[in-house]
Amino acid sequence: MSEDAAKLPVALVVDDELPMRRFLRAALDGNGYQMVEAATGEEALREAAMRSPDIVLLDLGLPDIDGVDVTRRLREWFTAPIVVLSARGQEGDKIAALDAGADDYVTKPFAVGELMARMRAALRHRARAGSGEAEAVITAGPLKIDLVKRVVTRDEAEVHLTALEYKLLSTLARQRGRVMTHAQLLREVWGASHVGRNHYLRVYMAQLRNKLEADPSRPQVLLTETGVGYRMRDS
Amino acid sequence: MNETRPDPEKILERLKREEERESRAKLKLFFGAAAGVGKTYAMLLGAHERRTSGVDVVVGVVETHGRAETARLLDGLDRIPLREVEYRGSRLREFDLDAALARHPQLILVDELAHTNAPGSRHAKRWQDVEELLAAGIDVSTTLNVQHVDSLNDVVAQITGITVRETVPDSIVDRADEIELIDLPPEDLLQRLREGKVYVPERAEAAIRNFFRKGNLIALRELALRRTAERVDAEMESYRRDAGIAEPWAVRERILVCLGDPEMGLKLVRAARRMVTALKAQWIVAHVETPAEMRWSQSRRDYIVDVMGFAADLGAETVMLEGVRVTDEVLAFARSRNVSRILVGKSTRPLWRQRLEGSLAHRLVESSGDIDVYAISGEAGEEGPDRASTPAVSRAWAHHLQAVVVVGISTFAAYLMYPYFAPVNLVMIYLLAVMVAALWLGRGPGITASVLSVMVFDYFFVPPRFTFVIADTEYLVTFGVMLVTSLTVSTMAHWLRVQADSARKRERRTAALFRISDELAALKDPDEVVGAAARMIGEEFDGRVVILLPAAAGRVALRVGDLGTPHHERHEIAVAQWVHDNGEMAGRGTATLPAARGIYLPLRAGSGVIGVLGLLPNRPGDTLRADQQRFLETVTNQAALAIERGQLAERARKTEVEVESERLKNTVLSSVSHDLRTPLAVISGAASSLIERDGLAPELRRELAETILEESRRLARQVGNLLDMTRLESGGIAVRKEWHSLEEVVGAVLERLTPAIGGREVRVDVAGISLVPLDDVLMGQVLANLIENVVHHTPAGTPFEISAAPEGRFVRVDVADRGPGFPPGSEQTVFDKFVRGSGAGSRGVGLGLAICRGLVEAHGGRIEASNRPGGGAVVRFWLPLEGEPPVVEPEPHALPGEAQAP
Repeated sequence: MSEDAAKLPVALVVDDELPMRRFLRAALDGNGYQMVEAATGEEALREAAMRSPDIVLLDLGLPDIDGVDVTRRLREWFTAPIVVLSARGQEGDKIAALDAGADDYVTKPFAVGELMARMRAALRHRARAGSGEAEAVITAGPLKIDLVKRVVTRDEAEVHLTALEYKLLSTLARQRGRVMTHAQLLREVWGASHVGRNHYLRVYMAQLRNKLEADPSRPQVLLTETGVGYRMRDS
Repeated sequence: MNETRPDPEKILERLKREEERESRAKLKLFFGAAAGVGKTYAMLLGAHERRTSGVDVVVGVVETHGRAETARLLDGLDRIPLREVEYRGSRLREFDLDAALARHPQLILVDELAHTNAPGSRHAKRWQDVEELLAAGIDVSTTLNVQHVDSLNDVVAQITGITVRETVPDSIVDRADEIELIDLPPEDLLQRLREGKVYVPERAEAAIRNFFRKGNLIALRELALRRTAERVDAEMESYRRDAGIAEPWAVRERILVCLGDPEMGLKLVRAARRMVTALKAQWIVAHVETPAEMRWSQSRRDYIVDVMGFAADLGAETVMLEGVRVTDEVLAFARSRNVSRILVGKSTRPLWRQRLEGSLAHRLVESSGDIDVYAISGEAGEEGPDRASTPAVSRAWAHHLQAVVVVGISTFAAYLMYPYFAPVNLVMIYLLAVMVAALWLGRGPGITASVLSVMVFDYFFVPPRFTFVIADTEYLVTFGVMLVTSLTVSTMAHWLRVQADSARKRERRTAALFRISDELAALKDPDEVVGAAARMIGEEFDGRVVILLPAAAGRVALRVGDLGTPHHERHEIAVAQWVHDNGEMAGRGTATLPAARGIYLPLRAGSGVIGVLGLLPNRPGDTLRADQQRFLETVTNQAALAIERGQLAERARKTEVEVESERLKNTVLSSVSHDLRTPLAVISGAASSLIERDGLAPELRRELAETILEESRRLARQVGNLLDMTRLESGGIAVRKEWHSLEEVVGAVLERLTPAIGGREVRVDVAGISLVPLDDVLMGQVLANLIENVVHHTPAGTPFEISAAPEGRFVRVDVADRGPGFPPGSEQTVFDKFVRGSGAGSRGVGLGLAICRGLVEAHGGRIEASNRPGGGAVVRFWLPLEGEPPVVEPEPHALPGEAQAP
């Protein structure tokens, strides 16, 4: 292993399908990652312990252990980001994995670009969280959120938000690029007692979009992850 | 009572048969439903008994299958050593036929009659060995399971799914002199199997275990019981034959017995029976029901039925006829059936009445032509129904009294008119009175009125008045004419009434029949038809109707109605079963099984008897008159046709569904194989080009890679659709409704489909709707399919719009474009599976819209497609707005300096 390679971030790919691993190897190699493979959940847990990867790509449909369980067991000690690979129609599993501590998900079939963006966002978030520095201003498209002054501007014009609208927006902004489940958002903004009242999110998201998006019916910043939650676009 | 003399020749033949049976060796069969019921055990027990009574018993071959209790029974019995046969290197032990024949015992035990001998034995099958033993005069006891009987083999295979190859011809079973059924309830047998008491060969263990299911055992047991019962029936039959009962005669003559007055009935039938036996003739007992008979008492009518039943028991055919004139009906029937002799009873009525009214015998003789008529004399009141207590008699007296009243009223009227009219003209008043009496009260009161009128007229109005003396003899002519005229008028008026009555009755029946068949014709479901038929016929005949349709194994089972207590039910169902099996009516009021509580008629339709209809009168004891019976028959036939039609329609519907699903399956296969293969072919072609041809220009490489990407997406979409459809159809999709913002759902779909939509202009107008209960994932799928549909079927760049508006308790959502629209007439079919648009733009298996419909309907909504005025297509769906929208609490306070949200 050369010095150069050692500096590359290590990605642990957990998938029982060989063609999938082969394809991901090509994609990751070309994007500056060093790839470690695991075909089963047990192997994944072992590899994660031995190699301490910088990021884990985890398929939910493993032959031995359920992917959500793997996430849960990894999260007992493992802090690096986990991105889940799932199929369409598995919204329940996605939410379970996210609530168990996964950072994000991509739905198969996916484009390489999309996967890389998710991985980047997850890594960046960890880096930000690890640095311990509080961000002062977050920019997302035409929006600028000043977390210190608690002022939101769109195209330099100040937008008036209610307290809860602001709290919701700033929560999404701090995690920008990552998906947040309904439960996570409700807990963060309204408190644990509101978990399950997803309609609160819908009403407030509609209000936010009306105030912040150019066309609220085709939002560009405040994106919906159907069946899972919301995500702020990380530009 | 049995007056037939058995034919001596037949008796001789029977004796010969019996002798033969005595002399020839006996075959005893221990018969069972399955292995393990204890046949061998029973056979051995029997052998011990015989041995104790001094019979020379030898064991030819007995399979103990290692059962200790069976093996113990072998002790004390002589055994013929088994013969060892070499076959393909293994040694088989077989029954030694020659040794048995040489030993020549009185009784030999040969187990397992169906056994196949080892190759190289004299006979291929053991039953052939047994035949040889029997021919040699040795009694044989053997065992047999029902599944080995040749004629039952198919049935057993159907029941158990296991074909038994070793079979025994029925002839040898029939040949058995004695069959002992070894019966064991299935539970006990299964218990024995569990305890390991049933021999199970190792190699066939799985098959045998499968065989020993309770359902199988019950069916096999029934088969065994039935086979044994059939044999008992046959024995009974042969006994009856020997005893000279119910022997059919060669038909030489046909005798018709005409029951007139019920009082004569029994005597007439007995006399006829004697004549019939002597002549070896066929005989029919007929009774004609006349309108007059409707005034008979119930007991008198019942008596006729009893007599008919008695005649039927003696072997007569019984017929109920209906008509106004007995003579005409009897003769017409006699001619239609080629009757050579008619028997009638001599009238028991007083001579003067016979003279006046004419007796049946006389009238028959007068018009019988070449048919001989015999009149049988009888003593009145010998046996017969109680006449005196008939309410009809007192009613008749009341009618005569009313006739007197009518004449009295006329006399009063005539008295008032007397000063102004000539006496002769007053006669007209009396003629009117006679007509009224005859029309309303009947013929007898009419005659009373006639005679009374003449007398009263004479007394009151003919001078000298208030005497019966006549001054002018011309009045004698007046009286004569008056009497004749009034008698004629009364007779004619009476017949008019009878005819009007029967016309009314006919009309009422025709109307009822029309109503019933009309109502039944409107029904399609066979269950509904059966129910409606029972209800309407019950109303028409003032009774409860039951309908029985064949269930398993040709046994009828109650489908509609109630037969009372289980005891009654059993009895009544037995009657119905007879009706079903024989295709003739039976039960109360008929000659067959008249003790039943109801009358049962076969439901006869195009394909034969399809069931049985029973009528139980609401007033117990009522019987139907012949005309009512015939009407019931007609109505029953109508019901039968309707029921059959319903059954056929249902069968046709099922077939149609099968055909449809078969067609669909084929369409699926061809569509799927085409639509999956095409992208696969493109992908593999493009990929192999990329690998094999190194020198490709970079733009060409890129183009190939893009093709692969595009086709693989298409493939993914189609597989996704197929999966959705499958889940939708198998009910695997659960709709999880939450209150969603429609705008958000639409926005998410548009975001996801951005690459497909390209640069098209999309107009979204859903802001008027706040929260809607829906499943966002599934509704997203609906919208995505609709948008993809637009994208695929309209030229690039064609704009489209998505709008929503509340409509009553629904939200209406439109997805509309300005493309070429749906082909005219296809608006209804586009939601069917595997229907795809025509034209170059149509690709994919045509599931998109079918999935949309499935998902919208799963939401409790509906979906429609149409063309827009001004061109383009619109797909419109409605989602129900059910339940109360959730409350979102307002924020407790705004941040200082920030405005409240609008």
